[in-house]
Amino acid sequence: MNIKLNMPDISTRPADKCVTKLKAEGVNLYYGSFQALRNITLDIPSCSITAIIGPSGCGKSSLLRLFNRMNDLIHGARLEGNVELDGTPIYSPKIDVAELRKRVGMVFQKPNPFPMSVFENVAYGPKRHGIKSRGELEEIVEKSLRHAALWDEVKDKLGQSGLALSGGQQQRLCIARVLAVEPEVILMDEPCSALDPVATLKIEDLMRSLSEDYTIIIVTHNMQQAARVSDTAAFMMMEPDRAGVLVEYGPTAQLFTNPKDKRTEDYITGRFG
Amino acid sequence: METRTTFHKRLREIQDDVLAMGSIVSKATLRSIDALKNRDLELAQQVVADDNKVNRKRFEIEEKCIEIIATQQPMASDLRIILAVLNIVSEVERIGDYAEGIAKIAIMIGDEPPLKPLIDIPRMAEKTVDMLRRSLDAFVNRDAEAAKKISTEDDMVDQLYDQVFRELLTFMAEDPKTITRATRLIWVAHNLERAADRVTNICERVVFVVTGKMEEIGASKY
Repeated sequence: MNIKLNMPDISTRPADKCVTKLKAEGVNLYYGSFQALRNITLDIPSCSITAIIGPSGCGKSSLLRLFNRMNDLIHGARLEGNVELDGTPIYSPKIDVAELRKRVGMVFQKPNPFPMSVFENVAYGPKRHGIKSRGELEEIVEKSLRHAALWDEVKDKLGQSGLALSGGQQQRLCIARVLAVEPEVILMDEPCSALDPVATLKIEDLMRSLSEDYTIIIVTHNMQQAARVSDTAAFMMMEPDRAGVLVEYGPTAQLFTNPKDKRTEDYITGRFG
Repeated sequence: METRTTFHKRLREIQDDVLAMGSIVSKATLRSIDALKNRDLELAQQVVADDNKVNRKRFEIEEKCIEIIATQQPMASDLRIILAVLNIVSEVERIGDYAEGIAKIAIMIGDEPPLKPLIDIPRMAEKTVDMLRRSLDAFVNRDAEAAKKISTEDDMVDQLYDQVFRELLTFMAEDPKTITRATRLIWVAHNLERAADRVTNICERVVFVVTGKMEEIGASKY
Protein backbone atom coordinates (compact mmCIF):
# COMPACT_ATOMS: atom_id res chain seq x y z
CA MET A 1 0.00 0.00 0.00
CA ASN A 2 1.45 3.32 -1.01
CA ILE A 3 0.64 5.98 1.55
CA LYS A 4 0.86 9.33 -0.16
CA LEU A 5 0.55 12.07 2.38
CA ASN A 6 0.88 15.77 2.11
CA MET A 7 2.70 17.71 4.75
CA PRO A 8 0.32 18.26 7.63
CA ASP A 9 -0.97 21.75 8.10
CA ILE A 10 0.50 23.29 11.25
CA SER A 11 -1.58 26.36 11.71
CA THR A 12 0.40 27.56 14.75
CA ARG A 13 3.51 28.09 12.65
CA PRO A 14 4.20 31.02 10.32
CA ALA A 15 3.52 29.86 6.77
CA ASP A 16 7.01 30.77 5.50
CA LYS A 17 8.57 28.51 8.14
CA CYS A 18 6.55 25.49 7.09
CA VAL A 19 8.52 24.13 4.20
CA THR A 20 9.43 20.51 3.65
CA LYS A 21 12.73 19.93 5.40
CA LEU A 22 12.98 16.19 5.03
CA LYS A 23 11.25 13.88 2.68
CA ALA A 24 11.01 10.11 2.40
CA GLU A 25 9.47 8.71 -0.75
CA GLY A 26 8.62 5.05 -1.29
CA VAL A 27 11.31 3.96 1.12
CA ASN A 28 11.95 0.26 1.73
CA LEU A 29 14.66 -0.60 4.20
CA TYR A 30 16.16 -4.06 4.57
CA TYR A 31 18.54 -5.54 7.12
CA GLY A 32 19.81 -8.48 5.10
CA SER A 33 16.72 -10.42 4.00
CA PHE A 34 14.54 -8.84 6.69
CA GLN A 35 12.43 -5.90 5.54
CA ALA A 36 12.34 -3.31 8.35
CA LEU A 37 10.40 -0.55 6.56
CA ARG A 38 7.88 -0.81 3.75
CA ASN A 39 6.95 1.92 1.32
CA ILE A 40 7.35 4.86 3.67
CA THR A 41 6.37 8.23 2.21
CA LEU A 42 6.23 11.34 4.35
CA ASP A 43 7.26 14.99 4.36
CA ILE A 44 8.71 16.43 7.58
CA PRO A 45 7.96 20.16 7.99
CA SER A 46 10.76 22.50 9.04
CA CYS A 47 10.96 24.19 12.44
CA SER A 48 8.48 21.87 14.07
CA ILE A 49 8.44 18.71 16.13
CA THR A 50 7.38 15.48 14.50
CA ALA A 51 6.76 12.51 16.77
CA ILE A 52 6.92 8.92 15.61
CA ILE A 53 4.91 6.50 17.72
CA GLY A 54 4.03 2.85 17.47
CA PRO A 55 4.49 -0.52 19.17
CA SER A 56 7.94 -1.96 19.82
CA GLY A 57 9.67 -3.28 16.74
CA CYS A 58 7.53 -1.36 14.25
CA GLY A 59 10.49 0.45 12.71
CA LYS A 60 10.31 3.85 14.44
CA SER A 61 14.03 4.04 15.13
CA SER A 62 14.86 2.66 11.69
CA LEU A 63 12.76 5.43 10.16
CA LEU A 64 14.46 8.05 12.35
CA ARG A 65 17.91 6.79 11.43
CA LEU A 66 17.12 7.07 7.73
CA PHE A 67 17.49 10.81 7.98
CA ASN A 68 21.15 10.91 8.99
CA ARG A 69 22.13 7.58 7.42
CA MET A 70 22.80 5.96 10.77
CA ASN A 71 21.39 2.73 9.30
CA ASP A 72 24.48 2.64 7.05
CA LEU A 73 26.39 1.55 10.13
CA ILE A 74 24.31 -1.60 10.42
CA HIS A 75 25.76 -4.52 8.50
CA GLY A 76 23.56 -5.62 5.62
CA ALA A 77 21.36 -2.52 5.65
CA ARG A 78 19.98 -1.73 2.20
CA LEU A 79 17.66 1.04 1.11
CA GLU A 80 15.27 1.51 -1.80
CA GLY A 81 13.46 4.76 -2.50
CA ASN A 82 14.42 8.34 -1.97
CA VAL A 83 15.25 10.40 1.13
CA GLU A 84 15.85 14.12 0.78
CA LEU A 85 17.08 16.95 2.95
CA ASP A 86 16.09 20.36 1.57
CA GLY A 87 15.35 18.72 -1.76
CA THR A 88 18.75 17.00 -2.06
CA PRO A 89 18.83 13.18 -2.12
CA ILE A 90 20.93 12.17 0.89
CA TYR A 91 21.64 8.64 -0.29
CA SER A 92 23.36 9.90 -3.42
CA PRO A 93 27.02 8.77 -3.67
CA LYS A 94 28.04 12.44 -3.85
CA ILE A 95 26.85 13.12 -0.31
CA ASP A 96 29.48 13.61 2.40
CA VAL A 97 27.97 11.58 5.25
CA ALA A 98 29.99 13.37 7.96
CA GLU A 99 28.67 16.70 6.67
CA LEU A 100 25.12 15.25 6.57
CA ARG A 101 25.39 14.15 10.22
CA LYS A 102 26.58 17.64 11.14
CA ARG A 103 23.40 19.04 9.61
CA VAL A 104 21.24 16.26 11.06
CA GLY A 105 22.28 15.71 14.68
CA MET A 106 21.11 12.94 16.95
CA VAL A 107 20.29 12.51 20.63
CA PHE A 108 20.05 8.97 21.98
CA GLN A 109 17.97 7.18 24.56
CA LYS A 110 20.66 7.01 27.20
CA PRO A 111 22.62 10.18 27.88
CA ASN A 112 26.10 9.45 26.54
CA PRO A 113 28.47 12.27 27.48
CA PHE A 114 32.10 11.68 26.58
CA PRO A 115 34.37 10.94 29.56
CA MET A 116 35.72 14.47 29.54
CA SER A 117 34.81 17.86 30.97
CA VAL A 118 31.50 19.61 30.34
CA PHE A 119 33.37 22.18 28.25
CA GLU A 120 35.19 19.58 26.18
CA ASN A 121 32.01 17.62 25.59
CA VAL A 122 30.42 20.62 23.89
CA ALA A 123 33.61 21.84 22.20
CA TYR A 124 34.38 18.38 20.80
CA GLY A 125 32.28 18.71 17.63
CA PRO A 126 33.36 22.23 16.68
CA LYS A 127 36.99 21.21 17.27
CA ARG A 128 36.54 18.22 14.99
CA HIS A 129 35.18 20.58 12.38
CA GLY A 130 38.33 22.70 12.56
CA ILE A 131 37.62 25.45 15.08
CA LYS A 132 40.75 26.03 17.16
CA SER A 133 40.42 29.52 18.66
CA ARG A 134 39.78 29.26 22.42
CA GLY A 135 37.65 32.43 22.34
CA GLU A 136 35.47 31.08 19.56
CA LEU A 137 35.10 27.73 21.30
CA GLU A 138 34.14 29.43 24.58
CA GLU A 139 31.52 31.40 22.72
CA ILE A 140 30.11 28.26 21.07
CA VAL A 141 30.09 26.34 24.37
CA GLU A 142 28.25 29.08 26.23
CA LYS A 143 25.75 29.61 23.42
CA SER A 144 25.06 25.88 23.08
CA LEU A 145 24.70 25.35 26.82
CA ARG A 146 22.38 28.34 27.08
CA HIS A 147 20.35 27.03 24.16
CA ALA A 148 20.13 23.65 25.85
CA ALA A 149 18.89 25.36 29.06
CA LEU A 150 21.90 24.04 30.98
CA TRP A 151 24.22 27.07 31.23
CA ASP A 152 22.97 28.36 34.58
CA GLU A 153 23.42 24.94 36.15
CA VAL A 154 26.94 24.24 34.87
CA LYS A 155 28.61 27.60 34.24
CA ASP A 156 30.70 27.25 37.42
CA LYS A 157 31.70 23.66 36.73
CA LEU A 158 32.67 23.63 33.08
CA GLY A 159 35.89 21.82 33.99
CA GLN A 160 34.04 19.03 35.81
CA SER A 161 33.45 15.70 34.14
CA GLY A 162 30.27 15.51 32.10
CA LEU A 163 29.62 12.15 33.72
CA ALA A 164 29.27 13.84 37.13
CA LEU A 165 26.06 15.59 36.08
CA SER A 166 22.58 14.22 36.83
CA GLY A 167 20.82 12.14 34.17
CA GLY A 168 18.65 15.04 33.01
CA GLN A 169 21.66 17.37 32.91
CA GLN A 170 23.67 14.79 30.97
CA GLN A 171 20.92 14.54 28.37
CA ARG A 172 20.83 18.34 28.04
CA LEU A 173 24.63 18.27 27.74
CA CYS A 174 24.23 15.82 24.86
CA ILE A 175 21.71 18.19 23.29
CA ALA A 176 24.18 21.08 23.76
CA ARG A 177 26.85 18.92 22.11
CA VAL A 178 24.56 18.45 19.11
CA LEU A 179 23.71 22.17 19.00
CA ALA A 180 27.39 23.15 19.05
CA VAL A 181 27.87 22.00 15.47
CA GLU A 182 24.87 24.08 14.38
CA PRO A 183 22.64 21.37 12.96
CA GLU A 184 19.41 22.06 11.13
CA VAL A 185 17.64 18.89 12.20
CA ILE A 186 17.78 17.08 15.55
CA LEU A 187 16.77 13.44 15.69
CA MET A 188 15.82 12.22 19.15
CA ASP A 189 15.48 8.51 19.86
CA GLU A 190 13.56 8.06 23.11
CA PRO A 191 15.46 10.99 24.66
CA CYS A 192 13.59 10.88 27.97
CA SER A 193 13.14 7.18 28.61
CA ALA A 194 16.06 7.10 31.05
CA LEU A 195 15.01 10.29 32.87
CA ASP A 196 12.75 11.03 35.83
CA PRO A 197 9.47 12.92 35.22
CA VAL A 198 10.84 16.37 36.15
CA ALA A 199 13.92 15.98 33.94
CA THR A 200 11.59 14.70 31.21
CA LEU A 201 9.42 17.81 31.41
CA LYS A 202 12.54 19.99 31.24
CA ILE A 203 13.69 18.25 28.07
CA GLU A 204 10.21 18.57 26.59
CA ASP A 205 10.19 22.28 27.39
CA LEU A 206 13.60 22.58 25.80
CA MET A 207 12.38 20.78 22.71
CA ARG A 208 9.54 23.25 22.36
CA SER A 209 11.90 26.19 22.50
CA LEU A 210 14.40 24.53 20.13
CA SER A 211 11.64 23.88 17.62
CA GLU A 212 11.61 27.61 16.89
CA ASP A 213 14.94 27.19 15.11
CA TYR A 214 15.40 23.49 14.46
CA THR A 215 13.45 20.70 12.87
CA ILE A 216 13.03 17.99 15.47
CA ILE A 217 11.95 14.39 15.01
CA ILE A 218 11.37 12.35 18.13
CA VAL A 219 10.74 8.66 18.53
CA THR A 220 8.89 7.94 21.73
CA HIS A 221 7.04 5.10 23.39
CA ASN A 222 5.31 7.62 25.56
CA MET A 223 2.14 8.67 23.76
CA GLN A 224 1.42 11.43 26.24
CA GLN A 225 4.85 12.84 25.51
CA ALA A 226 4.19 12.73 21.76
CA ALA A 227 0.86 14.47 22.37
CA ARG A 228 2.46 17.11 24.61
CA VAL A 229 5.43 18.11 22.51
CA SER A 230 4.81 17.45 18.84
CA ASP A 231 3.15 19.43 16.08
CA THR A 232 2.75 16.45 13.81
CA ALA A 233 2.66 12.78 14.63
CA ALA A 234 3.22 9.61 12.68
CA PHE A 235 1.84 6.25 13.76
CA MET A 236 3.63 3.15 12.57
CA MET A 237 2.97 -0.52 13.00
CA MET A 238 4.21 -3.89 11.88
CA GLU A 239 2.74 -5.91 9.07
CA PRO A 240 2.47 -9.70 9.51
CA ASP A 241 6.03 -10.14 8.10
CA ARG A 242 7.22 -7.62 10.75
CA ALA A 243 7.96 -4.88 8.21
CA GLY A 244 7.17 -1.40 9.56
CA VAL A 245 4.56 0.66 7.72
CA LEU A 246 3.31 4.18 8.20
CA VAL A 247 -0.36 3.93 9.14
CA GLU A 248 -1.26 7.54 9.76
CA TYR A 249 0.51 10.87 9.68
CA GLY A 250 -1.09 14.18 10.53
CA PRO A 251 -1.42 17.10 12.95
CA THR A 252 -0.89 15.87 16.50
CA ALA A 253 -4.14 17.32 17.81
CA GLN A 254 -6.09 15.42 15.21
CA LEU A 255 -4.19 12.16 15.58
CA PHE A 256 -4.84 12.08 19.32
CA THR A 257 -8.45 13.29 19.33
CA ASN A 258 -9.87 11.89 16.13
CA PRO A 259 -7.52 9.57 14.28
CA LYS A 260 -8.58 8.66 10.78
CA ASP A 261 -7.38 5.07 10.82
CA LYS A 262 -8.98 2.49 13.10
CA ARG A 263 -5.58 0.92 13.79
CA THR A 264 -4.32 4.25 15.17
CA GLU A 265 -7.46 4.56 17.27
CA ASP A 266 -7.06 1.05 18.63
CA TYR A 267 -3.40 1.62 19.49
CA ILE A 268 -3.70 4.99 21.20
CA THR A 269 -6.75 3.95 23.19
CA GLY A 270 -4.97 0.79 24.31
CA ARG A 271 -7.30 -1.62 22.54
CA PHE A 272 -4.29 -3.43 21.16
CA GLY A 273 -0.56 -3.29 21.57
CA MET B 1 -6.10 -7.76 22.72
CA GLU B 2 -7.59 -5.25 25.12
CA THR B 3 -4.70 -3.72 27.08
CA ARG B 4 -6.47 -1.20 29.30
CA THR B 5 -9.18 -3.36 30.78
CA THR B 6 -9.48 -1.48 34.08
CA PHE B 7 -9.66 1.88 32.36
CA HIS B 8 -12.27 0.72 29.85
CA LYS B 9 -14.28 -0.91 32.62
CA ARG B 10 -14.36 2.43 34.46
CA LEU B 11 -15.34 4.19 31.26
CA ARG B 12 -18.27 1.78 30.84
CA GLU B 13 -19.30 2.36 34.46
CA ILE B 14 -19.40 6.11 33.84
CA GLN B 15 -21.66 5.53 30.85
CA ASP B 16 -23.91 3.29 32.93
CA ASP B 17 -24.13 6.14 35.44
CA VAL B 18 -25.26 8.47 32.65
CA LEU B 19 -27.99 5.98 31.69
CA ALA B 20 -29.06 5.71 35.33
CA MET B 21 -29.20 9.50 35.64
CA GLY B 22 -31.24 9.68 32.44
CA SER B 23 -33.66 7.15 33.85
CA ILE B 24 -34.13 9.17 37.09
CA VAL B 25 -34.80 12.32 35.06
CA SER B 26 -37.19 10.53 32.68
CA LYS B 27 -39.20 9.30 35.67
CA ALA B 28 -39.14 12.74 37.28
CA THR B 29 -40.52 14.31 34.09
CA LEU B 30 -43.39 11.81 33.80
CA ARG B 31 -44.16 12.03 37.54
CA SER B 32 -44.28 15.83 37.41
CA ILE B 33 -46.92 15.58 34.68
CA ASP B 34 -48.83 12.92 36.67
CA ALA B 35 -48.75 15.22 39.70
CA LEU B 36 -50.14 18.04 37.57
CA LYS B 37 -52.81 15.88 35.93
CA ASN B 38 -53.97 14.26 39.15
CA ARG B 39 -53.51 17.29 41.42
CA ASP B 40 -51.21 15.09 43.46
CA LEU B 41 -49.32 17.58 45.63
CA GLU B 42 -47.47 14.91 47.55
CA LEU B 43 -46.05 13.48 44.34
CA ALA B 44 -45.12 16.98 43.16
CA GLN B 45 -43.26 17.62 46.39
CA GLN B 46 -41.48 14.31 46.00
CA VAL B 47 -40.32 15.30 42.49
CA VAL B 48 -38.97 18.60 43.85
CA ALA B 49 -37.17 16.82 46.68
CA ASP B 50 -35.73 14.17 44.34
CA ASP B 51 -34.08 16.77 42.13
CA ASN B 52 -31.25 16.87 44.65
CA LYS B 53 -30.47 13.27 43.78
CA VAL B 54 -30.12 14.26 40.13
CA ASN B 55 -27.78 17.13 40.97
CA ARG B 56 -25.67 14.88 43.18
CA LYS B 57 -25.49 12.24 40.47
CA ARG B 58 -24.30 14.84 38.01
CA PHE B 59 -21.46 16.00 40.30
CA GLU B 60 -20.55 12.40 41.02
CA ILE B 61 -20.24 11.62 37.29
CA GLU B 62 -18.27 14.83 36.67
CA GLU B 63 -15.85 13.92 39.43
CA LYS B 64 -15.33 10.47 37.94
CA CYS B 65 -14.65 12.08 34.53
CA ILE B 66 -12.12 14.52 36.01
CA GLU B 67 -10.39 11.71 37.84
CA ILE B 68 -10.18 9.53 34.77
CA ILE B 69 -8.79 12.42 32.68
CA ALA B 70 -6.19 13.23 35.33
CA THR B 71 -5.11 9.68 35.97
CA GLN B 72 -5.61 7.81 32.70
CA GLN B 73 -4.88 10.39 29.97
CA PRO B 74 -7.65 9.15 27.67
CA MET B 75 -7.19 9.68 23.96
CA ALA B 76 -9.15 9.65 20.71
CA SER B 77 -12.66 8.16 21.05
CA ASP B 78 -12.13 7.54 24.79
CA LEU B 79 -11.40 11.25 25.25
CA ARG B 80 -14.40 12.21 23.14
CA ILE B 81 -16.65 9.90 25.20
CA ILE B 82 -15.56 11.58 28.43
CA LEU B 83 -15.94 15.09 27.01
CA ALA B 84 -19.38 14.10 25.73
CA VAL B 85 -20.35 12.72 29.15
CA LEU B 86 -19.42 16.02 30.77
CA ASN B 87 -21.75 17.83 28.37
CA ILE B 88 -24.51 15.24 28.45
CA VAL B 89 -24.80 15.16 32.26
CA SER B 90 -25.16 18.91 32.27
CA GLU B 91 -28.00 18.67 29.71
CA VAL B 92 -29.69 15.83 31.61
CA GLU B 93 -29.40 17.77 34.85
CA ARG B 94 -31.14 20.75 33.21
CA ILE B 95 -33.93 18.46 31.97
CA GLY B 96 -34.25 17.37 35.61
CA ASP B 97 -34.60 21.04 36.57
CA TYR B 98 -37.44 21.43 34.06
CA ALA B 99 -39.21 18.47 35.68
CA GLU B 100 -38.70 20.09 39.08
CA GLY B 101 -40.07 23.34 37.60
CA ILE B 102 -43.20 21.55 36.38
CA ALA B 103 -43.66 19.98 39.84
CA LYS B 104 -43.39 23.43 41.42
CA ILE B 105 -46.02 24.75 39.00
CA ALA B 106 -48.22 21.79 40.00
CA ILE B 107 -47.79 22.84 43.64
CA MET B 108 -48.60 26.44 42.71
CA ILE B 109 -51.78 25.35 40.91
CA GLY B 110 -52.70 23.30 44.00
CA ASP B 111 -56.24 22.03 43.90
CA GLU B 112 -57.61 24.69 41.58
CA PRO B 113 -60.14 23.16 39.19
CA PRO B 114 -58.53 22.12 35.90
CA LEU B 115 -58.96 24.47 32.99
CA LYS B 116 -59.35 21.54 30.62
CA PRO B 117 -58.36 17.89 30.52
CA LEU B 118 -54.63 17.69 29.79
CA ILE B 119 -53.94 15.89 26.51
CA ASP B 120 -51.20 17.57 24.52
CA ILE B 121 -49.00 18.40 27.52
CA PRO B 122 -48.72 14.72 28.58
CA ARG B 123 -48.02 13.90 24.92
CA MET B 124 -45.21 16.43 24.91
CA ALA B 125 -43.80 14.87 28.07
CA GLU B 126 -43.99 11.34 26.67
CA LYS B 127 -42.34 12.38 23.43
CA THR B 128 -39.58 14.26 25.26
CA VAL B 129 -38.88 11.36 27.59
CA ASP B 130 -38.88 8.94 24.67
CA MET B 131 -36.37 11.17 22.85
CA LEU B 132 -34.21 11.41 25.97
CA ARG B 133 -34.10 7.64 26.48
CA ARG B 134 -33.31 6.95 22.85
CA SER B 135 -30.64 9.68 22.70
CA LEU B 136 -28.82 8.07 25.63
CA ASP B 137 -29.16 4.66 23.99
CA ALA B 138 -27.68 6.19 20.82
CA PHE B 139 -24.82 7.48 22.97
CA VAL B 140 -23.92 4.12 24.46
CA ASN B 141 -24.43 2.40 21.09
CA ARG B 142 -22.34 5.09 19.27
CA ASP B 143 -25.21 5.51 16.79
CA ALA B 144 -24.85 8.89 15.08
CA GLU B 145 -27.64 8.17 12.59
CA ALA B 146 -30.12 7.45 15.37
CA ALA B 147 -29.02 10.64 17.14
CA LYS B 148 -29.61 12.72 14.02
CA LYS B 149 -33.06 11.19 13.56
CA ILE B 150 -34.03 11.83 17.18
CA SER B 151 -33.04 15.47 16.94
CA THR B 152 -35.42 15.95 13.99
CA GLU B 153 -38.25 14.72 16.21
CA ASP B 154 -37.91 17.91 18.24
CA ASP B 155 -40.21 19.40 15.57
CA MET B 156 -43.06 17.25 16.90
CA VAL B 157 -42.57 18.66 20.39
CA ASP B 158 -42.46 22.17 18.94
CA GLN B 159 -45.72 21.51 17.05
CA LEU B 160 -47.41 20.26 20.20
CA TYR B 161 -46.15 23.34 22.02
CA ASP B 162 -47.68 25.57 19.29
CA GLN B 163 -50.94 23.67 19.63
CA VAL B 164 -51.03 24.02 23.43
CA PHE B 165 -50.15 27.70 23.17
CA ARG B 166 -52.88 28.42 20.59
CA GLU B 167 -55.49 26.51 22.56
CA LEU B 168 -54.67 28.23 25.85
CA LEU B 169 -54.61 31.61 24.11
CA THR B 170 -58.19 30.95 22.98
CA PHE B 171 -59.20 30.21 26.60
CA MET B 172 -57.60 33.43 27.79
CA ALA B 173 -59.19 35.47 25.01
CA GLU B 174 -62.61 34.05 25.75
CA ASP B 175 -62.43 34.38 29.51
CA PRO B 176 -59.77 36.56 31.16
CA LYS B 177 -60.44 34.76 34.49
CA THR B 178 -58.55 31.78 33.03
CA ILE B 179 -55.39 33.80 32.37
CA THR B 180 -53.56 32.73 35.53
CA ARG B 181 -54.31 29.03 35.10
CA ALA B 182 -53.62 29.09 31.35
CA THR B 183 -50.32 30.95 31.80
CA ARG B 184 -49.15 28.32 34.26
CA LEU B 185 -49.90 25.58 31.78
CA ILE B 186 -47.96 27.51 29.12
CA TRP B 187 -45.01 27.52 31.53
CA VAL B 188 -45.32 23.74 31.82
CA ALA B 189 -45.40 23.33 28.03
CA HIS B 190 -42.48 25.71 27.72
CA ASN B 191 -40.44 23.61 30.16
CA LEU B 192 -41.13 20.51 28.09
CA GLU B 193 -40.23 22.29 24.88
CA ARG B 194 -36.92 23.35 26.42
CA ALA B 195 -36.28 19.81 27.70
CA ALA B 196 -36.67 18.44 24.15
CA ASP B 197 -34.20 21.07 22.91
CA ARG B 198 -31.71 19.79 25.49
CA VAL B 199 -32.16 16.31 24.03
CA THR B 200 -31.07 17.64 20.63
CA ASN B 201 -27.90 18.95 22.33
CA ILE B 202 -27.28 15.43 23.65
CA CYS B 203 -27.72 14.14 20.10
CA GLU B 204 -25.05 16.58 18.88
CA ARG B 205 -22.65 15.11 21.45
CA VAL B 206 -23.43 11.60 20.22
CA VAL B 207 -22.49 12.70 16.69
CA PHE B 208 -19.28 14.22 18.13
CA VAL B 209 -18.36 10.97 19.86
CA VAL B 210 -18.86 8.97 16.67
CA THR B 211 -17.42 11.36 14.06
CA GLY B 212 -15.22 13.73 16.07
CA LYS B 213 -17.07 16.64 14.47
CA MET B 214 -18.91 19.34 16.39
CA GLU B 215 -21.96 20.18 14.35
CA GLU B 216 -25.35 21.66 15.03
CA ILE B 217 -28.10 19.30 14.06
CA GLY B 218 -31.84 19.90 13.88
CA ALA B 219 -31.99 23.61 14.76
CA SER B 220 -35.06 24.12 16.95
CA LYS B 221 -37.88 26.46 16.01
CA TYR B 222 -37.65 27.97 19.50
